[in-house]
Amino acid sequence: MALNSDQLNTPSLNAEGIQIDPIEDTKMVINMGPHHPSTHGVLRIVLELDGEVIIKATPHMGFVHTGIEKEGEYQTYLKAVTLTDRMDYVSASLNNMAYTMAVEKLLGVEPPPRGQYLRVIMCELQRIASHMVWLGTHALDIGAMTMFFFTFRDREKLLDLTEMMSGVRMMPSWIVPGGLRGDAPEGYVERVKKVIDELPRRFDEYEILIDQNPIWRERTQGIGMITPEECYSLGVSGPTLRGSGVPHDLRKAVPYSSYDQFKFEIPVGEYGDVYDRYRVRMAEMRQSREIVKQALENLPDGPINVDDRKIVPPPREELDHSMEAVIHHFKIWTEGIHPPVGEAYVPIEGPKGELGFYLVSNGSSYPWRMHERPPSFMNLQALSKMCEGRLIADVVAIIGSIDIILGEIDR
Amino acid sequence: MTESTPNDTNDTKPKECIEVRKIRETYPDAILEVNEFRGDTRITINKEYVHDVIRLMRDDQELDFNFFSECLGVDYLNTQEGGYALGKDHRFEVVYNLYSLPDKRTGRGRNRRIFIKAAIPEDDCSVTSVTDIYPGANFPEREIYDMFGITFTGHPDLRRILMSDDWIGHPQRKDYPLGGERVQFPDGKFGPSVGEGVVQHPGESFFGKTASVIEKN
Repeated sequence: MALNSDQLNTPSLNAEGIQIDPIEDTKMVINMGPHHPSTHGVLRIVLELDGEVIIKATPHMGFVHTGIEKEGEYQTYLKAVTLTDRMDYVSASLNNMAYTMAVEKLLGVEPPPRGQYLRVIMCELQRIASHMVWLGTHALDIGAMTMFFFTFRDREKLLDLTEMMSGVRMMPSWIVPGGLRGDAPEGYVERVKKVIDELPRRFDEYEILIDQNPIWRERTQGIGMITPEECYSLGVSGPTLRGSGVPHDLRKAVPYSSYDQFKFEIPVGEYGDVYDRYRVRMAEMRQSREIVKQALENLPDGPINVDDRKIVPPPREELDHSMEAVIHHFKIWTEGIHPPVGEAYVPIEGPKGELGFYLVSNGSSYPWRMHERPPSFMNLQALSKMCEGRLIADVVAIIGSIDIILGEIDR
Repeated sequence: MTESTPNDTNDTKPKECIEVRKIRETYPDAILEVNEFRGDTRITINKEYVHDVIRLMRDDQELDFNFFSECLGVDYLNTQEGGYALGKDHRFEVVYNLYSLPDKRTGRGRNRRIFIKAAIPEDDCSVTSVTDIYPGANFPEREIYDMFGITFTGHPDLRRILMSDDWIGHPQRKDYPLGGERVQFPDGKFGPSVGEGVVQHPGESFFGKTASVIEKN
């Protein structure tokens, strides 16, 4: 029923006799999720709409809250590593890395070069795998279904490498305080080389599929723009920040775990829209491959763990003939490690942004407080800003471009 | 010639970092404690000054903390021996993690991280929100409210964020039990409130964690 201009401008009464304003009442509230396939998990977004234009988008989360931070206070430092896998479950090694480095900062130790290099290899392979999950699901949301099959096929090869190293595909817990749980198995280096030699062809394949695709460009260019200043004050980091043109990468700004010994570039975008964030992540995958390649070429020999029996348990062979080794083994697996009283925060460059762990130690083998800085959680705050004035269909593209993982947001 | 050499004075009184100096100049009685550990500076301040100090951190051109990294809560209640752990005289702390992000485009930023800690006593669990300075404090402050029950005055939308809206109690407080809650549905009757059905446990056995609360209910 069409309203004439008089009806539009004068308040009228509704069925219950309450005065309503016809102009105001054109607003509509729509509930998107929690079981919407494009919300990448169980995220609910309340959209306030004027026609089809979004006025405000309010995310509601907590549906998969599992109390990991609370649980972390009741596990020893060594046991809590396994909890961190479950936060951002598509890049578990990086969570292990951030947590482990926070514990090592409390202890004041650093693993030997070979340990650091192996960590870098694991982390960068995991970063590529994480970006592949993002690319597949993001493209699927926008309607490019083939991409999903391509990326998940190739991701499986990277997960096989994680499995070869740790015995587990997705939850390795292989990076632990003091170093790694074990050295690379025989044939690992050759196999990683084989896989990464094939990767550039795969990346080209992805780009051919969607890069110049007019539909893809239409759906992503000029959508969900955010300026660097907004990113700063909202705490938005990672590829989302770099997409806005800020060349900031913690691997360069605060080099950790020998990252200063590798040559790589920081890809940046220009306009801070969905397309730029897509380009940044695509370029990052290539850079990560470069880092893995350099790490394999220069992989040093030697020990992988810190030489301190109070932090790292003795190797199995020693238990057979050394009483001291048995005592250390027993102490470390019953009591755990005892960092000094203090607090430590170590940020690393995760696939989603600044991933850090804040640990408060009271000198016992249990952390007094374990807290993760979840990059997805902070980046999600930009959603409303990015969505304002756009259409509902753009929300799907924007959520995909922030690359959120609900396991990390809800913890 | 004086008794003390320059080296001696340096040892007894370490050089104050620029952040501490600036805060002391502007708000002389704000700082309660300064702590250096493994290269990080942590400044504990009176909670009345939180808003002012955070604003100073952002607006001062020399400090230039442009990036809001996060904020988190810590509960220092010692449930085993009573009192507060780690020699604290206040129960809660809210830690603001600020970063001066080096921006190559503009040449700003010092690549420095600072931790401002607000001391919050148990009987006055509130602090001024910094969402008007850094909008990014919105979600983390809601999380602290949800998990620790610290209210942020001036926050635009202070609701629970991870727990359901009708949850009773604040789960990350040290006196809140781990495990054993009966699942709570619409009327909100079944969540254990703080102080009721509390169980102390070392965190070693599954039964130790959950048994007594389940029995009580």
